[in-house]
Amino acid sequence: MDKFKVMVVDDEMDFLETIIKRLKARKIEVTGAESGQKALEILAAQDIDVIILDVKMPGMDGIETLREIKKRKPMTEVIMLTGHASVESGIQGMQLGAFDYVMKPVALDELLEKMRQAYERKLIQEGKT
Amino acid sequence: MQEDYYRKLWWNIILTTLGFSVIPLFVLGLVIYLQYSESYQAKITESLKTLVENRVGAIDLFFDERISQLTTLANTNPLEKLREEDYLNRVFNVIQARSKSFIDLGVIDSEGNHLAYVGPYYNILKGVNYKNEEWFNAVMGSGIYISDIFMGFRKYPHFIIAVLVREKNNIWILRATINSDIIENIVHAAQLGKKGDAFIINRNNILQTTPRFSGELLSTPKAPNFSAVTGLTVEEMDYQWETNLYAANVIKSKKWVLVIKENPKEQLTPLLRARYITLMICGAGVLVIIIGAVFSTRAMMKELVQMERKKAVSEDLAMQSTKMAALGKMAAGIAHEINNPLAVIGEKAGWLKDLLHEEDLAQSPNFQEFADTVNKIELHVNRAKKVTHRLLGFARRMEPVHEKVDLNTILHDTIGFLENEARYRNIDIQADFDEELPQTTSDSAQLQQVFLNILNNAIDAIGKDGEIIVKTKLLPKINSLGVEIIDNGPGIPKEMLDKIFDPFFTTKEVGKGTGLGLSISYSIIDKLGGKMMVASEEGQGTTFTIYLPIR
Repeated sequence: MDKFKVMVVDDEMDFLETIIKRLKARKIEVTGAESGQKALEILAAQDIDVIILDVKMPGMDGIETLREIKKRKPMTEVIMLTGHASVESGIQGMQLGAFDYVMKPVALDELLEKMRQAYERKLIQEGKT
Repeated sequence: MQEDYYRKLWWNIILTTLGFSVIPLFVLGLVIYLQYSESYQAKITESLKTLVENRVGAIDLFFDERISQLTTLANTNPLEKLREEDYLNRVFNVIQARSKSFIDLGVIDSEGNHLAYVGPYYNILKGVNYKNEEWFNAVMGSGIYISDIFMGFRKYPHFIIAVLVREKNNIWILRATINSDIIENIVHAAQLGKKGDAFIINRNNILQTTPRFSGELLSTPKAPNFSAVTGLTVEEMDYQWETNLYAANVIKSKKWVLVIKENPKEQLTPLLRARYITLMICGAGVLVIIIGAVFSTRAMMKELVQMERKKAVSEDLAMQSTKMAALGKMAAGIAHEINNPLAVIGEKAGWLKDLLHEEDLAQSPNFQEFADTVNKIELHVNRAKKVTHRLLGFARRMEPVHEKVDLNTILHDTIGFLENEARYRNIDIQADFDEELPQTTSDSAQLQQVFLNILNNAIDAIGKDGEIIVKTKLLPKINSLGVEIIDNGPGIPKEMLDKIFDPFFTTKEVGKGTGLGLSISYSIIDKLGGKMMVASEEGQGTTFTIYLPIR
């Protein structure tokens, strides 16, 4: 499988740093953003395949960020990460075009699997066009 | 307290009902009785008055007739003829033919000498001189004299009538003795009933006739003194602790007084009967009212208690679901707040684990310790995660799936999961299904979760050796399906019964139960539009009842 570029967006710095380290250790190209604003800046600068996006963040929240991402780079796949199991926000995310949603805390392997599936879908979608 | 309140209410209703119905009844009865009594008393008095007047009239008539007979006799026969005893005898026979009341007849001159006599006491009376007798002086003064009753020489009650006759220069007296039997008879006719009495007294209150009960002839009567009355009198009077009705009137010819006594008890019998009937009717009415009041009050109270109970149940259910909603919100908040740090801990531990694999730490003497510790951390993060996820599941407002479900099948499958466990613990799970149970639209996965939960709890509660009965039935009245899960475990203490649906409430050992099972079950059933209830008796077992609407 091709290498794919990942971005993790979460306001919890400890979580963000650690998950980046762990993904890098698994040879995945990954960047981090601690806010929705920052994520959009990074997305403007480079191509990202899969974004892991926390729903609940101060300032620009996950749903809003997702809406922006889909507006600017509709092909980017987004996995919503939520500490809140509110299915409303999950479903809302799905309706806005998110690939899936995962509840915190999540096992890294599970997350990796989801990322791979998301990337696969991206490839298929791109192949179609 | 509740009992007391109902009892008090019961009495209030009964007493009010009785008060408002019995009082008018009594008033009505009393008024009717008093009206009747008044008119009846008036009637008795009236008839007594008539009786007295009638008797007085008869006596007066008797006197008048005798006087006019004597007057006619005296004025139509000259003295010369009457003093001849043969002639007098003839005349006597003529008047006696018309009236047997004459005993004898005598002619007396102005000096009191008996000139002639006809009658049975010829030998005694022939030579008597009356000059000093009281009656002689009275008749010389007033012309006509009627004596009181006396025994006289004859030792027999009688009286005399004397008429003064003026013939030219000659004055003489015609005197007749009259048998008082006739007066007695007239008076006796007024002795009514068993205790009624009638008698005549003179102005000195001396009896002139023989009464039935009130004394002896020529003595003072055993009755109130009526000798001074001047006209018709009717009165109820006490005499020697006996109340009687007395009527009295003056006999005009002789200024005697006729007294009639009547026993009011005898005369008032119809009135007493009326009183008795009135009382009976009132009593029967009161009885009917009491019975009616008791019955209607009982029915009313039953209705009231039932309504109160229904209200309490629905209030209870409403409170329970409000509580659940509030707790759900709180649980979701807490879960969310915990999930974030939990995620950090999880990641950190994962990173440590990654490092352990990559670095040369494998050579460290404490490598195994590190590895174990990290694994433990991950394990417990997972455990905590399960709790928070279940909590969130409890709060989740997931739209239930709508599908046709068959409760019997779901229950059958659920029992199937647990059969091994139950057999191992020697617990018999019996299915008592209503085979005719219709399908309903619901969420089979969620229902299965609920049943699994309750059955698991039942198995845990029993521990070993026991019985669980699973029943289904159709409840057409409330258009619902009912499921009962009955175990014969130790039961739930009363004070815990209303807490078992609260989240985190558990009786299991720490670590074995999260205390969320029943509260999640409760909210699932609630969301599915049903009701879940529990009944338990310590030492007998516990019954969970679930109602699901048919739709």
